[in-house]
Amino acid sequence: MKKFMPLALLIVLLVFPIAVQNAYYQHLMILVLMWVVIGSGWNVIAGYTGQVSFGDAAFFGTGAYTAGLLAHHFQISAWWGMAFGGFMAMAVAFPFGWICFRLRGAYFALASLALNEVCRHIATVAEPLTEGMVGILIMPTFLSKLPYYYIALALAVFSVVCVQVVMRSRWGYYFLSIREDQDAAESMGIDSHRYKMVSLNIAAFLTGMAGALFMNYMGFIDPEVVFSLHDISIMAILVGIVGGVGTIYGPVVGAFVMVGVHEFFRTGFFGLFKGLAALTGSDYLIVVAKYVSHAHVLGFGILVVLVILLLPNGIVGDWNKLVGRFFPGNKKETAS
Amino acid sequence: MKIFEVKNLVKHFGGLAAVDNVSFEVEKGEILGIIGPNGSGKTTIFNCISNYFPVTGGKIYFKGQDITGLKTNKVSKLGIGRTFQVVKPLGRLSVLDNVIAAAFTKVKTKKEAREKALETLEFCGLDHRRDVIAKSLPIGERKRLEITRSMGTSPELLLLDETAAGLNPSELIEIIDLIKKIRDKGITIIIVEHIMKVMMTISDRIHAINFGQTIATGTPREVANNRAVIEAYLGEEYAHS
Amino acid sequence: MEVFLQTLVAGLLKGGLYGLIGMGMSLIMGVMGIINLAHGQLMMVGMYVTFILFHYLGIDPYLSLFVSMPALFVLGAAIQKYTLNPLMEVDSILPENQVLMTVGIGMVLTEIIRFIFGSDYKSVQTSYSNATFFIGEISFSIALVIAFFMAIGFTLLMAWFLLKTDIGRSIRATAQDKDAALLMGVNSKRITIITFGLGSSLVAAAGTLLIPIYYLFPDIGGPFTRKAFVITILGGLGSTVGAIFGGITLGLAEAFGATYIGMAYDDMIGLIIFIMVLLFLPGGFKRLTKI
Repeated sequence: MKKFMPLALLIVLLVFPIAVQNAYYQHLMILVLMWVVIGSGWNVIAGYTGQVSFGDAAFFGTGAYTAGLLAHHFQISAWWGMAFGGFMAMAVAFPFGWICFRLRGAYFALASLALNEVCRHIATVAEPLTEGMVGILIMPTFLSKLPYYYIALALAVFSVVCVQVVMRSRWGYYFLSIREDQDAAESMGIDSHRYKMVSLNIAAFLTGMAGALFMNYMGFIDPEVVFSLHDISIMAILVGIVGGVGTIYGPVVGAFVMVGVHEFFRTGFFGLFKGLAALTGSDYLIVVAKYVSHAHVLGFGILVVLVILLLPNGIVGDWNKLVGRFFPGNKKETAS
Repeated sequence: MKIFEVKNLVKHFGGLAAVDNVSFEVEKGEILGIIGPNGSGKTTIFNCISNYFPVTGGKIYFKGQDITGLKTNKVSKLGIGRTFQVVKPLGRLSVLDNVIAAAFTKVKTKKEAREKALETLEFCGLDHRRDVIAKSLPIGERKRLEITRSMGTSPELLLLDETAAGLNPSELIEIIDLIKKIRDKGITIIIVEHIMKVMMTISDRIHAINFGQTIATGTPREVANNRAVIEAYLGEEYAHS
Repeated sequence: MEVFLQTLVAGLLKGGLYGLIGMGMSLIMGVMGIINLAHGQLMMVGMYVTFILFHYLGIDPYLSLFVSMPALFVLGAAIQKYTLNPLMEVDSILPENQVLMTVGIGMVLTEIIRFIFGSDYKSVQTSYSNATFFIGEISFSIALVIAFFMAIGFTLLMAWFLLKTDIGRSIRATAQDKDAALLMGVNSKRITIITFGLGSSLVAAAGTLLIPIYYLFPDIGGPFTRKAFVITILGGLGSTVGAIFGGITLGLAEAFGATYIGMAYDDMIGLIIFIMVLLFLPGGFKRLTKI
């Protein structure tokens, strides 16, 4: 049964935009698919290789800007950014990893934070190149959302399959060994520096492509949006953690949940407050609704705290624990 | 035939000389024991060989090649396997996966790695536990996994670091049997220990150190009767008797 | 020459305050190995407490020290007790949970403050906010001078506390070897709670001292966390005196950078120093690479 779930999901996703014509929901699904890609990338470097990164926005933004600048400066279609965005992100990842992988654990995480900030700064001040705070605006290629949806779907499927293939290969063992015990890995002949680099570059490539997709789909980017710590990097971490660290389908689950949570806050609990305000005629509730819609960062913060405390291995990772909580009579015996 | 040689090895930590001018040779196929009280620098010697710490002075030769300062993973790839005193299982992986990961040192495809891993598991007697998650193993089996994993890298020289520590008498006998089996396969072994009894039974030769310096070297019998060794272990009064 | 001296003075005085900011993080990092990425946010909360007291009750910032410090002590202790200590029991694949947790807490603190006060800039203007005195041609900001000496005062107080009191000694014991301390009967859970509380109250003091001469808005925490980190590394983990030296070093670097390179690059300079500190630690890489 479990084996068919991914296939069933794929079929549902394939027919979705035909079945559901509402542009709002199509938009949400495109975002979900984009986050599947980013989450999968983060999972490779963090979940599987154990190098937690706060800097995914750096790769995302690089991909986005690659696509945007190709159109803006060279009048080349931004879709080429999908191909080049991944490689440009790798170009950023390479020196970063080379220099910073000697730092372990939390210090690497801090360095990735710094990378994020540096990229944002450069994008903001290098005006001749990036138009600074003004941002990049391009003409959208398609009017309907459908083509974007299917491209995003293709990218998402590619990412999930890619991660699956990699993790089943020699590299997968190397990544896991580095995560579990880097010293032991070295004594088993694994060049941990090299394979951390491989892992990071895979993550960067996927995330960069997602960024390029974002540029093409949204039509507008600026440094604050694509290099955002909270909206990109932390969101990526949440997608990974909530969904399931170190699992293939964790990012898929995580993407659905996190986009849902984001919308939940943005719309003031799906319009609950607005509805209540209209019902009771209370001005105060309108104000609260406005605040709640801006409070998605607060929601994220609380979510980070709660998830780390209660569900550190995510929904997929801690599935048995979750099931046990909600269906107490249903404990599976684990093989000993 | 000399397979391994350490010449005038020196390792300083700050002002302290943890290893002070130690030299020894190992013949192919023999078991060399390095013995000494706690803190005498034994594990540091191993750490220098695998380059966990850079060597302060001296040279290390493996099969005639100078491997001093060679990167840790390259040392492993050349054919020197090592276990850790405080065992380092790849906790969340199964026993089998632990060894498969190690097998990739010498083989390329996953199929070959799996075959090699299964072979090694059988040889080392852990085959029946292959699907167990490593971190739920009891200490005796963890030590065995540690050895199995380094055997998975197809080593020619095996460095065993305090494999006996923490084992009960029956586990001890099993591990000693395993070590002898490994030697019978033609693999050279250097074993670090501080329990005399263990060393006596398996070593061909023993190299005794204290405070980072060599105090005796020779057959187990010779070393056991060596005055400096007795003094180091039991104190001066016993040396006179 | 004058410009040089003026810059020197500005950097030195600011450095004292920076030292106070870094001290708390240094203590927390030294004792518990916890990188507290919410440190700047804690300072921000302390500043808002001071702001409320000043704005609604007319209490002078120097007096509100007696409120902001205990308040943040409690907040810090609660954070450690309810969110960080439990993490030690949690079995998770990701090793960096604790850092992530502090990021989450920082976000929560920032957003709650934003919810209550809005995003606009606030300030506390006291009689001495802009007061300066002159030695020759060099101007000294009175508020900064007072802050400087208070920072020194706190350093000495902390040093005495750590050396002479029982709790202080327990903290140092836990910092050096947690397990050994446990065996000696030190309740390490309690110590971590106290230490986090102490660190928070120190940074609250820094915030209170800073607010008369700075401005306040919810996002002010981030850059200060970064600065605190740099100061901690420069001064040495766990060293309160070191934090002062680290703070002064950073203060001087920023002052000279601002004067001789350009104001706009202030942030960039901080970022570059942060990166360099990460990469080229005094005391060696080794510290970070095999942690």
